Amino acid sequence: MDQFLQQVVNGLSLGSIYALLALGYTMVYGIIKLINFAHGEIYMVGAYVGYTAIQNWGLGLIPALFIAMTFCAVLGVLIERVAYRPLRNATRIAALITAIGVSFLLQYVMILFMGPDVRTFPETVPAKIFKFGGVQVNEQQIYIFVISIILMFLLQFIVKKTKMGKAMRAVSVDSDAAKLMGINVDTTISFTFALGSALAGAAGVLVGVYYNSINPLMGAAPGLKAFVAAVFGGIGLIPGAMLGGLSIGVTEIMVSGYASSLIKDAVVYAILILVLLIKPSGLLGKNKKEKV
Amino acid sequence: MKQLNKYNAGWLALSVIIYFVVQMLIQADVIDYYYQITLMNICMDIILALGLNLIIGFTGQFSLGHAGFMSIGAYCCAIMMLKMPDLTGFLLGLLLGVIVASLVALIVAIPTLRLKGDYLAIATLGISEIIRIAILNMGDLTNGAAGLSGMPILNNWTLSFFGIMLSLIIIVNYIKSSPGRATIAIREDEIAAESMGINTTKYKTIAFVIGAFTASIAGSLYASSFSMIKPDNFGFMKSVDILIIVVFGGLGSVTGTIIAAISLGILNMLLQPFGQLRMIIYAIALIAIMVFKPGGLLQHKELSMKKLFGRLSKKNTPKKEASK
Repeated sequence: MDQFLQQVVNGLSLGSIYALLALGYTMVYGIIKLINFAHGEIYMVGAYVGYTAIQNWGLGLIPALFIAMTFCAVLGVLIERVAYRPLRNATRIAALITAIGVSFLLQYVMILFMGPDVRTFPETVPAKIFKFGGVQVNEQQIYIFVISIILMFLLQFIVKKTKMGKAMRAVSVDSDAAKLMGINVDTTISFTFALGSALAGAAGVLVGVYYNSINPLMGAAPGLKAFVAAVFGGIGLIPGAMLGGLSIGVTEIMVSGYASSLIKDAVVYAILILVLLIKPSGLLGKNKKEKV
Repeated sequence: MKQLNKYNAGWLALSVIIYFVVQMLIQADVIDYYYQITLMNICMDIILALGLNLIIGFTGQFSLGHAGFMSIGAYCCAIMMLKMPDLTGFLLGLLLGVIVASLVALIVAIPTLRLKGDYLAIATLGISEIIRIAILNMGDLTNGAAGLSGMPILNNWTLSFFGIMLSLIIIVNYIKSSPGRATIAIREDEIAAESMGINTTKYKTIAFVIGAFTASIAGSLYASSFSMIKPDNFGFMKSVDILIIVVFGGLGSVTGTIIAAISLGILNMLLQPFGQLRMIIYAIALIAIMVFKPGGLLQHKELSMKKLFGRLSKKNTPKKEASK
């Protein structure tokens, strides 16, 4: 039982990182129906900015987190301006290829500047371990939980209570109608990218803290997993992304713990396909009837 | 039946000429060993992209898992060739790969092709990852992450050329047949096609299986081009590479796909000396192409012999009249 609870705790901390990433995917998808494959790379950039802030400028975790989030938000908006905006009326697959191009670009520019090697993320959080009964929780995990919960609440607040959030929801339902109501669609989309990228940047720093190592290609695999998580929960839905991220994280840790870590990805994908077959629009998604 | 009309004969003549010109260039050592590897890669990319274009461009089903079927072909062929290191072994392996890949595609297609758009994309991505992880965990048969090595290098221009011709004949004939037109109708409007009595699941499945079939041919060629294969060669990035060729050439354009595969292959080779800058230039080129030409090189159009002949005869007629 203790072992099981321990796995749940580990799974939830990995899952909250996936959830932060999945939120960005799902918001961008919800508003412009684009699978933003460059999202995983923004998370990688966030990890590197956090690394520079802590290692070279000697800052603490929280200021580093803010710098990384700001930098990523600006980067996200910039990418949207330069690469995605000209393609807004093109086919979705062309936009998808552009997103893949952006992701290559970010990866290899990072390799050019920082080198391809793995770097050790500086230790900012003391490796203290707390025991609750038989379950061990280390301080890094607590930081991850607390920061991700705060960020998710903040996001929920922005989307549900502010004017900008209202505009975001309006554009995602019908962008033409939103434009007619006087909403500046371009600004709203930029804001969505800023928000999603900031969350990815935070996830990057947190993953650096958790695993202690970063490299320029670290974004690809978690990016894909986070997308799976977003689809799992129902893409375009913010609670869906959180649920999806947490369940993918827990599943992955459970499979590694009780079976073999070699097959964890296969199990995740198999569950995903099963969920899609039973409920084609994801766990929380509503099945829309197609109209002719 | 006028199967061999002058347009088809034109294509046939063109391909025979290309075959002999390249063969002569290889004999004359203009295309040396290094260029031959690029040539083989381009040939494989053409086959893969043709199959994927049938699924995405002609059927309108978004698949992100093409490399999975390629890996089935590669592993079947490699296992056979390790037992029988000659051309017979290769051909048996090719056959085995094609059968296994088609069967897997059939089993996978029937449930998943109910999904639409991005959900289908993520499901096919998942399937190709599951295939990759299955290969990783098959013990001695596939030798896990280290992969198989020691296969004879049999692939050459002739074999690749026949691979391309086989895939082209299958795919082009399918597109021009009655089921092919039904498939294109599904791309245009699935609901309308269904209401006209087209069994959409059946035709989507056929297209998907043909795509897997050709991907497996390319996989067999891959296994016989390099003496080693490992599961990492067939990951998500390989599927993305093929997708890029398809979109770059134009969705639903066979000739566009071929041109795109050749030009991207040459671009990749020319960028080779740039080292670290290579991928950066490639990425910027990719973004620029998509931003300025989002429909791909040829969009829906095809280069066709019919138009070419038409243009030639138009040019000729006024001259004849003038000479009179």
